[in-house]
Amino acid sequence: MSSGVAVDLENVWIKFGDFVAVREANVSINGGDFFSFLGPSGCGKTTILRAVSGFLEPSDGRVLIGGNDMSGIGPNKRPTALIFQNLALFPLMKVWENIAFSMEVTGASAGERRKRADELLDMIALDGQGDKLPSELSGGQKQRVAIARALCANPDVLLLDEPLSALDLKLRQHMRTELREIQQRVGITFIYITHDQGEALTMSDNVAVMKAGVIDQIDTGHNIYDHPSTPFVASFVGENNVFRGKVKSVNGNEALISTNRSGDLLAQITPTQVGKLGIGDDAMMFIRPEALELGGANPEQKSTISANVINEEFEGNSFSVFLEGDGGKSIKMSVPNLGQDHISARGENLSLHYDASNAVVMPAGELASE
Amino acid sequence: MKKQMIFSEFFRNNGLLMGSLLIGLVGFWVVILVILPQLSMLDYSFRYNLPPAELGGPKDVYTLHNYKHLLYGAEGSEGTYNTVDLMVFVRTIIAAILVTIANILMCYPLAYYLGQSKGSGFVRLLVVLLIIPYWINEILRAFALKIIFGDSGLINEVLMLMHLTSEPIDFIRQDIALYAGLGYAYILLMLFPMYNVIESLDRNQIEAARDMGASWARIHRRIVIPHAKPGIASGATMVFMLSAGALAAPQVLGGPSSLWFTQLVYQWFNDSLNWQQGAAYAMVLLVSTILIVLTLMRVFKVNMGDIGK
Repeated sequence: MSSGVAVDLENVWIKFGDFVAVREANVSINGGDFFSFLGPSGCGKTTILRAVSGFLEPSDGRVLIGGNDMSGIGPNKRPTALIFQNLALFPLMKVWENIAFSMEVTGASAGERRKRADELLDMIALDGQGDKLPSELSGGQKQRVAIARALCANPDVLLLDEPLSALDLKLRQHMRTELREIQQRVGITFIYITHDQGEALTMSDNVAVMKAGVIDQIDTGHNIYDHPSTPFVASFVGENNVFRGKVKSVNGNEALISTNRSGDLLAQITPTQVGKLGIGDDAMMFIRPEALELGGANPEQKSTISANVINEEFEGNSFSVFLEGDGGKSIKMSVPNLGQDHISARGENLSLHYDASNAVVMPAGELASE
Repeated sequence: MKKQMIFSEFFRNNGLLMGSLLIGLVGFWVVILVILPQLSMLDYSFRYNLPPAELGGPKDVYTLHNYKHLLYGAEGSEGTYNTVDLMVFVRTIIAAILVTIANILMCYPLAYYLGQSKGSGFVRLLVVLLIIPYWINEILRAFALKIIFGDSGLINEVLMLMHLTSEPIDFIRQDIALYAGLGYAYILLMLFPMYNVIESLDRNQIEAARDMGASWARIHRRIVIPHAKPGIASGATMVFMLSAGALAAPQVLGGPSSLWFTQLVYQWFNDSLNWQQGAAYAMVLLVSTILIVLTLMRVFKVNMGDIGK
């Protein structure tokens, strides 16, 4: 739909001495996509961004922008613009000078620069604020100035390094919508780095989930949430209840898992792992708190869990009920608030039901640390 | 109102005892050790140099005589300027300005390197190596330079060994040793304020400018130097003031024909025992250097507050 420029990482390795920051990354980002790298801090996502922007060269592999190999091309020569985590606005320059800095570099006259800066200020709804200093703006306004400054050079690819992390919650949610709108308006490729899954899921066309230098899964936000390919993705993105057990039987894309505490449970094998689970294998099964429901106590269905209530928390739009689960870990169930006083009593034995199509199972692996 | 608030807050933060102690000590330093001696020098500078018997007598009145001496020389030579002393004065000021500029040019690259390499072990070692020579007394360092620059000193020996010169160069007579000594004497006072401000510069700003295509020259001109300006101003002020008022380096390293203005002041006090005349010369130097600093601060748009940063 748009004329954005594609970005490809081909077998990219980035090493710092003996430390491998990025291992064999293969990513192709469609032109005009809003693409996010999601992962905990230290997983190598910022390192990838720096390799795309040109501040560091991959130890191995290639970065291609619009099909052109970027090796040996410095950050000032690449068609990318980077928005820093702390924005890095120039505090001693006025807002309009900040925005038009990339034109100053190409030798544009002050008049031209001012004109372009005013256009961009219009676009970010900060018209008339060009003569202020960045310190006179609010957090959200600074954010928008940083975006305008990056867009001023008409980059093909905009790189954003957790730019919303310094904002408070309300503003962050507002800026998500605004960033997405700006991206759709300008139609260029956005590459977004975040550890906040909410940001990644709401804004992105595609998300790459990273763990310790390795990309575990690249897919739409929806698929990542519903069909995680690894235990790490399942436990990192959104909340999930994990059940460990051994595969008892496999039937097409469904598997029956025998767990210590909750008996035999039925679940869908996550699409990328179909055929990789054998009888007796260690497996992990995940059910989202919102996929658990009260009642339906039919042990024959193999999708019933019986457990004692530990406690209950009121969250506003929902109740969170915590029940005794495997190995000291509690099972969390989320029940929408429809005006009930409470859902359960402490110590009460509850029978929970779930739809097997909402439970995913995969070979056991490493979970995201909490 | 506002001043009262500052005071009450100061005492709230430090407590009454500590607050009084701090104010007392700063007050003692400023009033007793700085202002009062300078006021007495100011008073001296407007008096005649009288024998003790006549002090307080009818001849002990205020006069501009000492200041006239700098302008017109000894009494009886009315109408012609005291070119010898005035030339020394002008030369001192110009040389101090040049020393300051040279210090800025030498320290900036070093301060940038030190400030942006974020306190690695190697950088800390470099800083220590820079500080250690300053444990040595100023006069000793000046004499060491005199030896190095001497006829059979290290530099001449090396130059002759390499056949770059057949006879030793007289660095002392040509004032090269003097300027080297002055440039060296206060260089750390330039380096450290610069290093401190450059260290506080967010590295992302430099990367952002680079990402937007800026050359190194533009990054320094638009980002680093404006940020470092208070540090440069603070260092420049100290180096200029101290070079203009230096005595050890000119005494030791100055050529026989070149005088530093402070040497004239010293001669009045020490050789001629004319404190009144010496005080007048010192006052002229003090006021002139302050005026020059204030003017330059205005030209480069630096506030007094920035220097204290």
